[in-house]
Amino acid sequence: MRLEGKSLTFRYRKDRKPVLEGITISIESGERLGLAGPSGRGKTTLCRLLAGYETPTSGEVLLDGTPLSARKGPCPVQLLWQNPETAVDPRMRMDRVLAEGGPVAPELLEALGIEPDWLKRWPGELSGGELQRFCLARALGPATKILLCDEMSAMLDYITQAQLWEVLLAEAERRDLGLLVVSHSGKLLERVCTRVITL
Amino acid sequence: MNRKINRRKVTMALLLICVGLLAAVAVSGVLLAGQAAQTDFSLKNQTPSLTHLFGTDWMGRDMLSRTLTGLSMSIRIGLATAAVSAGISLLLGSAAALSRRADGVVTYCIDLVMGVPHILLLILVSLACGKGLTGVVAGVTLTHWTSLARVLRGEILQLRSAPYLQVAVKLGQSKWAILRRHLLPHLLPQFLTGLVLQFPHAILHESSLTFLGFGLSPEQPAIGNILSEGMSYLTTGKWWLALFPGLALVVTVALFAALGEGVRRLLDPATAHE
Repeated sequence: MRLEGKSLTFRYRKDRKPVLEGITISIESGERLGLAGPSGRGKTTLCRLLAGYETPTSGEVLLDGTPLSARKGPCPVQLLWQNPETAVDPRMRMDRVLAEGGPVAPELLEALGIEPDWLKRWPGELSGGELQRFCLARALGPATKILLCDEMSAMLDYITQAQLWEVLLAEAERRDLGLLVVSHSGKLLERVCTRVITL
Repeated sequence: MNRKINRRKVTMALLLICVGLLAAVAVSGVLLAGQAAQTDFSLKNQTPSLTHLFGTDWMGRDMLSRTLTGLSMSIRIGLATAAVSAGISLLLGSAAALSRRADGVVTYCIDLVMGVPHILLLILVSLACGKGLTGVVAGVTLTHWTSLARVLRGEILQLRSAPYLQVAVKLGQSKWAILRRHLLPHLLPQFLTGLVLQFPHAILHESSLTFLGFGLSPEQPAIGNILSEGMSYLTTGKWWLALFPGLALVVTVALFAALGEGVRRLLDPATAHE
């Protein structure tokens, strides 16, 4: 599968100058593309555009040649949010949060270090790192083909970061997922990605 | 402290007691309506005693049954008006949150209603509707929907832009599933709490309208009427005519307020497990 952004331009408000101008980007299945760049350069905005959360002011987002916005049902492109606290409903227990992404293999939960008794807890009773594991498991639903990771490990300690990346890379390998990895850490991108671009 | 009795259970018990008491008052008022109208001039102006706990008035009517009948009337009016105005709030609040054009109109109406002094607007609406029961119900209903509508509008607007809702859409959840799993659990507590907290307001405003003479007609047993009649006898030393009905009104309102607070506490995840 191939996700393409063609000459994307985006502005949050009409009277402001655009955050992104004429960006062209493409991610293939099996590819791990790194995206680097200083703060405020529009990395998160680009992720939101590519995942279909925002519509570009001009340009288009295509998945295998068809517009992403035309698709119904579970979206093959999933975005892993920078802050997991806002990405889970505070009034839903974790097992139901997970269930929204479709069935999750118990082995994946174990590999991510999700303990069985966390499933019955409320989001407020888990830490950011623990929530991010759930978000990763939820985003790896059966329909997902391309995963956009927006600073997914920035708030984790190094051991947990390594653990999550190991799981994600193995899963991407096994399922031939396409990854877009956004990070400030050049070392991480070097280690994880097959190709790195700078915004 | 005993582990088996946690705060949730205590709150539940309190809620049940509140509901029970209020229901008892409402029902007893209906049953005692005949007795409340009975006059016996041989027993007039008696101080509170064991046979007449709240005393009797200048026509020898038992003040206890009169108070209960009045309160029952207030509670029934309160229930009706709170339910209707909460319905209006839900309707207008969600309309405002879902369409920008409706938002302008609804927000303007909210500002308009909130801009006029509350009691003045109540009097005007009640007068325009010909006083009496319809006047009171229309007045209280048309003035009490604003704050809840505003809360619901804000809540829906906030929910619509919440990341977890956008994620749910991306994960292919249907509109209905999102409404049921994400929107309702957030809105219901706000709605229920707002609904219950509207009772005491409605009851107090019904009483004050009647007290001021713009509400229920004088022959109807209502707390407002009892209090305004009792006023003129206060100076002659008949304190029980106003004291007990007034106290009963305060207790009823406090019970409803406690009920609302209890509902909120049970439904709010931040306090639900304490």
